Amino acid sequence: MILGKVVGTVWATRKDEELVGAKLLIVKHVDLNYKVKDAFVVAVDTVQAGVGDVVLIATGSSARQTAATKNKPVDAVIMAVVDKLDVAD
Amino acid sequence: MFFAKVIGTVWATRKDENLKSFKLQFIQPLNAQRENSGTPIVAVDTVGAGPGETVMYITAREAVIPLPVDMAPVDASIVGIVDRIDVKST
Repeated sequence: MILGKVVGTVWATRKDEELVGAKLLIVKHVDLNYKVKDAFVVAVDTVQAGVGDVVLIATGSSARQTAATKNKPVDAVIMAVVDKLDVAD
Repeated sequence: MFFAKVIGTVWATRKDENLKSFKLQFIQPLNAQRENSGTPIVAVDTVGAGPGETVMYITAREAVIPLPVDMAPVDASIVGIVDRIDVKST
């Protein structure tokens, strides 16, 4: 999984019908000190993450391994909101 | 399957319900000479690895297989703790 920060939302009315009802959030990758990097993904939110939350994203076909994204055209899902990060340097 | 060093832990209470009992470790991918290679990622720890230990991890959909649930949004899992690496220098 990748550490990311929610920076925005995508609104799309014309889309694959499987995506109706899915919340699409823009998540930028962050490094260990929560510094935002350029790379980003559009991920389906399944844990009620909001803009500014530091989250974990699962990508690839693992993103379809949740009740909300099963059999849907989704390759990135927000599966956790990070409370705390312990990094031993 | 890749090598990595455990460099930390991620605590998250609000998460997918299938992830309830899993430990989320921060790992730094390594090459066979145990040098850092690539950016750190987060993996589910199924073997109880501690910070500083060299581990083996698997990615993609297969990362769900070692978990006791059949469905979980996980794309990286630690599956072994490395004791020794013997590499013939080319």
